[in-house]
Amino acid sequence: MIPAQFDYERPASLAEACQALAEDDEAKVLAGGQSLLPLLRLRLAYPTKLVDVGRLDELKGVHDRGDHVFIGAMATHDEVLRAPAVASGCPLVAMATAHVADPAIRHRGTFGGSLAHADPAGDLPAVVLALDGVLVARSAQGEREIPAADFFVDYLESSLAQGEILAGVRIPKPGEGWGFHYEKFHRTAQAWAIVGVAAAVRRSNGAITEARLGLTNMGATPLRAHATEAALRGVELGDAVRQACEQAADGTSPPSDLHAQPDYRRHLARVLTHRAVRTAAGSP
Amino acid sequence: MTVQEVGQPRKRKEDARLLTGRTQWTDNLTRPGLLHVMFLRSPMAHARIASVDVSAARGMPGVVAAFSGQDFAAEQGSLPCAWPVTEDIVIPDHPPMAVDEVRYVGEAVACVVATDRYRAADALDAIEVDYEPLPAVVDMNEALASDSAKVHEAGNKAFSVTITSGDIEAAFRDAPVVIDRTYVQQRLIPSAMEPRAVMADTDGESFTVWSSTQIPHVLRVMLAVVTGIPEHRIRVIAPDVGGGFGSKLQVTAEEVLCLLLARKLGKPVKWGESRSEGNLTVHHGRDQIQHVRLAADSDGRVRGLQVGLLADMGAYLMLVTPGIPMLGAQMFNAIYKMDAYEFGCTGVFTTKMPTDAYRGAGRPEATFAIERVMDELAAELGMDPIEVRRRNWIRHEEFPYTTISGLTYDSGNYEAATEKALALFGYDKLRAEQADRRDRGDPVQLGIGVSTFTEMCGLAPSRMLGEANYGAGGWEHASVRMLPTGKVEVITGTSPHGQGHVTSWSQIVSDALGVPFDDITVLHGDTAIAHKGMDTYGSRSLVIGGVAVVKACDKVREKARRLAAHLMECSPDDLDFAAGAFTVRGTEQSRTIQELAYAAFTAHDLPEGVEARLDSDATFDPDNYSFPHGTHLCAVEVDTETGMVKIRSYVAVDDVGTVVNPLIVEGQVQGGIAQGIAQALFEEAVYDAEGNLLTTTMADYLLPSAADLPNFTLDRTETPATSNPLGVKGVGEAGTIASTPAVVNAIVDALRPYGIHDIRMPCTPERVWRALEGVRR
Repeated sequence: MIPAQFDYERPASLAEACQALAEDDEAKVLAGGQSLLPLLRLRLAYPTKLVDVGRLDELKGVHDRGDHVFIGAMATHDEVLRAPAVASGCPLVAMATAHVADPAIRHRGTFGGSLAHADPAGDLPAVVLALDGVLVARSAQGEREIPAADFFVDYLESSLAQGEILAGVRIPKPGEGWGFHYEKFHRTAQAWAIVGVAAAVRRSNGAITEARLGLTNMGATPLRAHATEAALRGVELGDAVRQACEQAADGTSPPSDLHAQPDYRRHLARVLTHRAVRTAAGSP
Repeated sequence: MTVQEVGQPRKRKEDARLLTGRTQWTDNLTRPGLLHVMFLRSPMAHARIASVDVSAARGMPGVVAAFSGQDFAAEQGSLPCAWPVTEDIVIPDHPPMAVDEVRYVGEAVACVVATDRYRAADALDAIEVDYEPLPAVVDMNEALASDSAKVHEAGNKAFSVTITSGDIEAAFRDAPVVIDRTYVQQRLIPSAMEPRAVMADTDGESFTVWSSTQIPHVLRVMLAVVTGIPEHRIRVIAPDVGGGFGSKLQVTAEEVLCLLLARKLGKPVKWGESRSEGNLTVHHGRDQIQHVRLAADSDGRVRGLQVGLLADMGAYLMLVTPGIPMLGAQMFNAIYKMDAYEFGCTGVFTTKMPTDAYRGAGRPEATFAIERVMDELAAELGMDPIEVRRRNWIRHEEFPYTTISGLTYDSGNYEAATEKALALFGYDKLRAEQADRRDRGDPVQLGIGVSTFTEMCGLAPSRMLGEANYGAGGWEHASVRMLPTGKVEVITGTSPHGQGHVTSWSQIVSDALGVPFDDITVLHGDTAIAHKGMDTYGSRSLVIGGVAVVKACDKVREKARRLAAHLMECSPDDLDFAAGAFTVRGTEQSRTIQELAYAAFTAHDLPEGVEARLDSDATFDPDNYSFPHGTHLCAVEVDTETGMVKIRSYVAVDDVGTVVNPLIVEGQVQGGIAQGIAQALFEEAVYDAEGNLLTTTMADYLLPSAADLPNFTLDRTETPATSNPLGVKGVGEAGTIASTPAVVNAIVDALRPYGIHDIRMPCTPERVWRALEGVRR
């Protein structure tokens, strides 16, 4: 790896890290390096300074906090996968995390880094969006809570301000009757999702009472499939679910790349949403 | 009685060292005062170079030197093409560093030499190049149009060749069935585990070049020819080499330029590529458009085959670029008997990275076309694809058999391999499941693909290479040294880069000399140690190099026999050799080969005319190619809603002749199948209309990993080759050659009820879905 020259700081506290970032508009936060290191290696990014937050205990760990699970920004994917609080409190996060990259990378890459990077092809942004997570940012000014719906602004762009660092994410625990599934469509195990669907579905007496659906790689940001969510409300399992899922690509603007054209991605979004909803509803 | 080593599943001697990182990869080597080279590469597919200004780079910190093509113009020569396949072939000048014009994205236009790589990379940004754009030439058919822009002044056609055997017109005249298909062999990037690296140093008089190459011996000769440095002043070392797949069967611009930089600066220099740089500038593979016509009788008997190829050469002819499609010229007819055959090929220049050898080299392309078209014939006739093959293949009792294209297959048993494969696969049961899924309209359809392949291996008989106008011979050399303590040093002219020659050669020598496996070491890859060799490619190492080792051992044994006879005062004819010792027939009196090695070393009592050594050299040059074959069967599940293809089971029964080490053979077959599947499903080097490579990273150029592949069921039949004393046929390429058509045949088999008869490779989910959308409308 032959990146361009940069300064490197490893602050001892979150406050210092915020300070270091605020001082320099071209500074970048280095978490696990899952996305930043490839950009540096390809000389696609020329940050003046890397602020390494890897040793800040304030950002680590996964915590059960009663009505929500708090996942520290520096929790690695592997830690998230193994955390009992995640398994019981937000299993959809674990399901999607199991699909992130490969085991070696899951030991370095972090939950917070994946969200702050705001890549719509990443698996976790759509999940946090579907679960109505709340992202907690810290800066010299203090703490700011950002609902996931407001966090992802554009392609690789979050609403974090320069000098703000993602500290962690609150994932509200579901009530009774919820089922989950993450459906990832990709050509090789380590590849990004061509399309992914994060589904949280609540059932009562054989009917769907509520559905929350996050779409991966269907636009410049992760998206909710709002039309399908609305159409699923009160629907019994069966053909009606399929019909509701026909609207899964409404309002999306999927990218075009070597792996898929937009029309194919829209088609996949419909098929995969149907599969994800059926599986989440316990009716594979 | 000692156990015969040949045939034992010995774990590889190489692996403990390789797996624990005690390796000698070129890029890990260093020299005192080492400088680092980086190349500035053209971002344009085709342009005139108006000017290159390296002056700013020269002033950057840590920069020792910076050069443009102009600075090398007087000394860099032209990269060689050793295989002018026709008399009138156009071989354009190929300067290692572009001087006046660039013809593909990635061509080197300047370089920086600095004290470290970071500074070299920074300085590249300071070089200014003024390009005057010229039109890119990307598509082969467009390149051949009369109004096309020209890649080279002489035009876009490199060569054209037609070979005919039998009366092709008669074969097609009134033929009840004619299958006419066009297949695209997409461009592939070889992707060896170890990227390329070169280091060069000089003592002011002689030069040493370390390179991650498959061909240290050929490279030495070619470096001398290209640069004018006398051959005896060049030593080439191929240290540990982490895979090649043909991509390191090359004389590269970087090798020449590093050597010239060492000469210019009088200092050691090293270059190592990044993966993205490699995707751009390691020679690519395949890239053919194949027009195939097959004429048959209504009972499925093949009458004739007509093949017309367009082969993309890329921008220049490299070491064996034009020879690659020609390696398939005699293989399209494969294992089938027919009355007539015609092969035509036109090599086309485009403004893309040159193509050259890639695992199988010409033979996978040929095998794909014939195996696909045999399935099409079966479908046309409503016949089982196995049955249509049975009706056409050479029966085991017909060997040796001279094919319509003129090769003589020495041995084989296609019936036996196929029977075994069908049983392991559960062919009939899978066909029943397929019928059931079709009846039910299951959204997941099952497809079964067949590939009964053969290949010509063991490149190659020198006489035949001469007839094909290849610039060198195909022999191989070996030396066997008996050390005073009875240990054995084998020196091979082959140059392993993952094949495990140290292990296999040890097994061969152990049997030949009766010396324990662990007492044998194998040296290779350094022209100062292995002074003669033709290196490793084309599944040739065991078939030719391994036999050379046997021949050298034979000579050692005969020398030892004379010495033993002298010491035991008998006639050499009275000695029996077994388990590493000569025994005087009918007595207890014997001498071990180790004792004889010591006796030769001390030389206290040698017979007249016997030298103080048992060491021997031998070369081997075969009379014929070898012809491994096998039957591969693949079952795929095609999700008709998404287009996703999943391989459900894969059975391969290969016949590679005598097996020296079953573990190594299985490893070669496993890796080969994976690589062939990768062509069928995953890999494609994509250039846009402006000639930009879009697949420069592994995010875009998809390589499957173990997680993406099923477990393969492997078995063998053993029909020894008759063309060499070991009976071996070579196994380096078999899996790759066989598996690609097996997979695509399976996919098409699943989709045939929908009226789909082809999916272009790689068969991506999107391509499968679009094919289905096309027929659903």
